[in-house]
Amino acid sequence: MTNLLLLPILIPLLTAIALMLLHKRIEMQRIVSVLSLIGTVIATSILLAKVKTDGIQTLNLGSWEAPYGITLVSDMLSVLLVLTATVITLFVIMFSFHSIGRDRETFYYYPIVQFLLVGINGAFTTGDIFNLFVFFEVMLMSSYVLLVLGGTKIQLRESIKYILVNIISSALFVIAVGFLYSVVGTLNMAQISERIAESNQPGIITVIAMLFLVVFGLKGAIFPLYFWLPGSYYAPPAPILALFGALLTKVGVYSILRTYSLFFYHETGFTHSVLMILSLLTIIVGVIGAIAYWDLKKIIIYNVIVAVGVILFGVSVNSSTSIEGSIFYVLHDMVIKAALFLLIGIMIKITGTSNLKQMRGLIKQFPLLAWTFFIAALSLAGIPPLSGFIGKLLIVQGGFEEGNYIGAGIILLSSLLVLYSVMKIFMNGFFGKPTEYKADHIPVGKLLIPSIALVTVAVLYGFNAELIYPYISDATETIVNPDMYIEAVLRGE
Amino acid sequence: MKPNDVVLQTITTVAAFIIVLFSIQLFFAGHYNPGGGFIGGLLTSGAIVLLLLAFDIKTVSTIFPFDYKIMTAIGLLLSVGTGAGALLFDVPFLTHAYEYFHLPLLGEQSLHTAVIFDTGVYLVVIGITMTIIQTIGESE
Repeated sequence: MTNLLLLPILIPLLTAIALMLLHKRIEMQRIVSVLSLIGTVIATSILLAKVKTDGIQTLNLGSWEAPYGITLVSDMLSVLLVLTATVITLFVIMFSFHSIGRDRETFYYYPIVQFLLVGINGAFTTGDIFNLFVFFEVMLMSSYVLLVLGGTKIQLRESIKYILVNIISSALFVIAVGFLYSVVGTLNMAQISERIAESNQPGIITVIAMLFLVVFGLKGAIFPLYFWLPGSYYAPPAPILALFGALLTKVGVYSILRTYSLFFYHETGFTHSVLMILSLLTIIVGVIGAIAYWDLKKIIIYNVIVAVGVILFGVSVNSSTSIEGSIFYVLHDMVIKAALFLLIGIMIKITGTSNLKQMRGLIKQFPLLAWTFFIAALSLAGIPPLSGFIGKLLIVQGGFEEGNYIGAGIILLSSLLVLYSVMKIFMNGFFGKPTEYKADHIPVGKLLIPSIALVTVAVLYGFNAELIYPYISDATETIVNPDMYIEAVLRGE
Repeated sequence: MKPNDVVLQTITTVAAFIIVLFSIQLFFAGHYNPGGGFIGGLLTSGAIVLLLLAFDIKTVSTIFPFDYKIMTAIGLLLSVGTGAGALLFDVPFLTHAYEYFHLPLLGEQSLHTAVIFDTGVYLVVIGITMTIIQTIGESE
């Protein structure tokens, strides 16, 4: 079927429209969203198998030939990211059933989550730089609504900041695309890459590369453009926070990875060293934030920033080992961040506070929650059999191979501090003198099921690294050989 | 004393009709001349806004008894549906088709599926604009 690679975008889009039509019938909305997400996961898995056997899949929308129409491109990296994003959304939606509340549910919560997924899947799949912008906007506008939905005071305040920052970065994105278009005269990503290679990346292209770094850095929260993230992510309730923390910044990271490996790989001396310095500073800022706070949400939010730094360090080293590591790590991080946000969401629901100093002894009443959190925490830090390990190992190995001892050292040290920050939650929140929490009205068990499912996905990901490795290595191959991508898009091979 | 709007209301009834006709003209001109779904939809909602200015929200909602949010959804469905129709023929998404037909009165005309897509855009634009204006107008 020609349109297979469109299905991860089309199914959520049609679902969102259907959910708009039945916005008063909450039960129907829940059933339809879950069924459609399961359908999307199945379609994406079929696509994954197809990409594995037949190589990169392309689709020229409207039957217009490659550089003239919009091309959707599914290489292994994008299809893996789409699959991960859809699986996470599925579990987060199931978590929302018992936590988001009827008010939000009647006010178009489910359709907007579907629109968010449309934007994310589209951004991962598109092969056209302006279409990437459009999908960014689809994603961002849905995130504005999700952020403000409910209308509490803190949400209103943080939404203003978030919207302001993102409007500025979107304007910069348009300007950057305008500059790039005026230099190369095309918007198709494969053809842009070809034309930059023909002109051997003159100085102006390097300037545009920096502009793109600013744009995607604002979306993906790298140092010093991360300033909006801790406040904005603090405002929404747990399931929305899980979607944001797991998916939104990763789209920025993916865009940096894509543009820096497909467009700007000729003069890596300047661009990639800037990226490296910024990513290391991002890690440092992230771990400082993660160990400084005594607030559950803040700790995990700063861990999002650390992860962005780690992934981008792998991108900036730009060897096939480190790119492999980055891809391993980004998939792991999406899953585990979603799981952690859901778990602390449950903790906050039980204790009624996100202040770590005001909770203790949760393990007596909620042992399952405690040990799930413990596994998730170890997995986040990268303890060997678990999922965070291989990615970080490959990134560090890539760093050492290229002689970048400082960078690799910072990453190793950051793991320790990340572990400290989440263990701080575990030791203070779960251990200590037991307190009786009145949790009768909170469906802890029902909330735990999707969270445990996500942690299970992460654990299986870690244990089955050997099975997953061929997929990651395929993804890396198209990243380090941009010619494969260009051939597939422009010449249909 | 309540001001008398008889001049405004009389002119509006005539003007709104002309504006709607103009918007439909713009909408159908889109393929060969400047115009299309977006400007057409905007102009139609302009006519409805004029009615809102001359009368009140209640009167206008009896004239146009639509739920504009539903209208937005239907518009989206039309646009996406036109694109997804391509899936039935196993050609890439958004591939359009056209054919020449001999219509009564109008003679030889080409009918293009892009018009259905544009109708979707038209409905979405009206739906969104009116939702925004009505929501702001009704909130205290």
